[in-house]
Amino acid sequence: MVTAPETVVGLCARPYGLPMTGERAAVVVSDIRKHYGDLKAVDGVSFTVAEGEFFGILGPNGAGKTTTLEIVEGLRKADSGRVRLLDEDPWPRNPALLPRIGVQLQASSFFEKLTAKEQLETFGSLYGVPASRAAEMLELVGLTDKADVRENKLSGGQRQRLSIACALVHDPDVVFLDEPTAALDPQARRNLWDVLRAIQQRGKTIVYTTHYLDEAEILCDRVAIMDKGRILAMDAPATLVRGLDAPTHVVLQRGAMTVDDARAITGVEQVQEDEVSLTIATRRPAPVLSALAERGTLDGLQVRTATLEDVFLSLTGREYRA
Amino acid sequence: MTAFKSLSAAMVKGFLRDRLTLFFVFVFPLMFLVVFGLLFRDSGAEKTKVAVVGDGPVVSALAESGALELEKHDDFEAARRKVDDGDLPAVIVARGGAVELTFAAGDQTQAQTVLGVVSGTVDKVNLAATGVVPAFSFKAQPVEDASLKPIQYLTPGILSWAVSISGVFGAALTLVSWRKKQVLRRIRLAPVGPTVVLSSRILVSIGTAVAQGVVFVAVALTPLFGLELTGSWWLALPLLVLGTTAFFAIGMLVGAFCKTEEAASGAANIVIMPMAFLSGTFFPLEKAPGWLQAVSNAFPLRHMNDGMLDVLVRGKGVEALLLPSAVLIAFTLVVGFIAARVFRWED
Ligand SMILES: Nc1ncnc2c1ncn2[C@@H]1O[C@H](COP(=O)(O)OP(=O)(O)O)[C@@H](O)[C@H]1O
Ligand SMILES: [Mg+2]
Repeated sequence: MVTAPETVVGLCARPYGLPMTGERAAVVVSDIRKHYGDLKAVDGVSFTVAEGEFFGILGPNGAGKTTTLEIVEGLRKADSGRVRLLDEDPWPRNPALLPRIGVQLQASSFFEKLTAKEQLETFGSLYGVPASRAAEMLELVGLTDKADVRENKLSGGQRQRLSIACALVHDPDVVFLDEPTAALDPQARRNLWDVLRAIQQRGKTIVYTTHYLDEAEILCDRVAIMDKGRILAMDAPATLVRGLDAPTHVVLQRGAMTVDDARAITGVEQVQEDEVSLTIATRRPAPVLSALAERGTLDGLQVRTATLEDVFLSLTGREYRA
Repeated sequence: MTAFKSLSAAMVKGFLRDRLTLFFVFVFPLMFLVVFGLLFRDSGAEKTKVAVVGDGPVVSALAESGALELEKHDDFEAARRKVDDGDLPAVIVARGGAVELTFAAGDQTQAQTVLGVVSGTVDKVNLAATGVVPAFSFKAQPVEDASLKPIQYLTPGILSWAVSISGVFGAALTLVSWRKKQVLRRIRLAPVGPTVVLSSRILVSIGTAVAQGVVFVAVALTPLFGLELTGSWWLALPLLVLGTTAFFAIGMLVGAFCKTEEAASGAANIVIMPMAFLSGTFFPLEKAPGWLQAVSNAFPLRHMNDGMLDVLVRGKGVEALLLPSAVLIAFTLVVGFIAARVFRWED
């Protein structure tokens, strides 16, 4: 049994994956638990998010991401454990805290029959924000031309962006987004990434959940990988991947060189060939790549490094399936 | 804009943009008003028609009194045939000093009416002819009694029913849909209290009820239907407000137990339809059997209806508001309290 899950990958220099020192913590979660009968939805989760950080909670469906997030937001009460959000207690409902946090719930919640602009104005008014903020928010999420379109006529991606805009309309310090990119096509996801990056550039702290590990790897400063109510590992995605000590795969077109030639290159550990490609596994990609460059075989070359999915596999012993 | 104002505005917009809701709040009850109003337009208002042959002071007096509608005939035989055929209840023949009444005995009520009117008129004319000062004076004054013209009871009844529809459905569907779509949780994460949200929603329902009142009364007032407002019609306003709050509370209770909009509208219908039939929406309760009148006391719609009838068509004043208002307020408080206890922010 592993008691401190982060040590599994042996890279946890900071307890609970604490962020860089010198930064103030926006969120501090200590050992929260939430059980529904026998089901341990959240089973001793601890993490800290620094101000301005983009923090991701990843994991398959049912991992406990939403429950964790909602406990931090103050929508649910933890059975035990402690949450500090911007140095306040989010539970019981804390009106002093509410204007400083922005929340996008997993389901996009809108008022019936209102246009994009009216949604923003209405949500804004709940925080005493002038109606003029709506235009600015639409601009931020790229929906200016959809201002007068009703919520139910928007595409999935547009709804998600509007939903995020509604969470941001009152200019909160910390933003919680629950699977904002779920069920979006790749183009819509990419558009949303730009929005998320723009939000971070405004100095917001972002805590978001996703079941797309690849996406988290690209977006997040740090991630916590969750499964069955527990955090299995937490760090910067690159650190987690590096900690795996998994080989990098260099993929060449079949016929670019022979298998034996490939094996002869220093640093190459394994070579495999199939109908279309020749795959070289190495833990020292730099010398291998320069050797390949010397031979002029860089055409169509692909480098595939280990990903968070490999991290998940090594942590749980099973393939990642969202 | 304050949260209260903008929430109200958001709900009004949502309401006005929803054709189905508009239909059930305005068109649907209005259809009942129009259909029943036209169907029963003449009943109760009709005067008994009798045939008259010849004339003289008695016939003139009869015509003047307006108690009967007179159909002039020159030929007694033709008139008599009409009575035999059952087309007319009686024929009056006036020749010089003699007045002769031949009536069909089949319809006792009508026969008695004609008999009473004609003999009364003959007595009056006789008395006048003798020049004697009457020993007893007699004065009759019409009042709006329980037996109202149909449009007179249909308008308050259908209006109250329509308010119950918009109140119950409005509250239940908003609650269920907001809970399902997590709008409730989202609002809970904003620094506004539940009172603001609730009161803005109730305000929208009250506005809807007033709009229904204006539309229905305006339609009923047209010459086609001929509604006559008596007394202090504006006293209907407090009833519209209190009725709305009572029905809103019922809607909140319905919404608390239903997970989907479909379930909520089914449940709302189960509450409203029997209540409407048993509360005198489509017929005057005075004509209903005693047990039904007793049962109907349990429904807020019955009391709203009573109050509406009193202030709109029975010419009553503020005193007529007391009982209905007390019942509606009590209903609002009790049902509202229960609804608040079973209220859930999320599924
Ligand atoms: N209100 C609830 N009652 C019972 N079980 C719940 C409730 N909310 C969540 N769960 C269960 O807790 C587990 C974690 O759920 P959730 O936090 O939504 O996971 P995720 O967001 O990672 O998909 C799931 O197995 C879910 O079925
Ligand atoms: Mg979830």
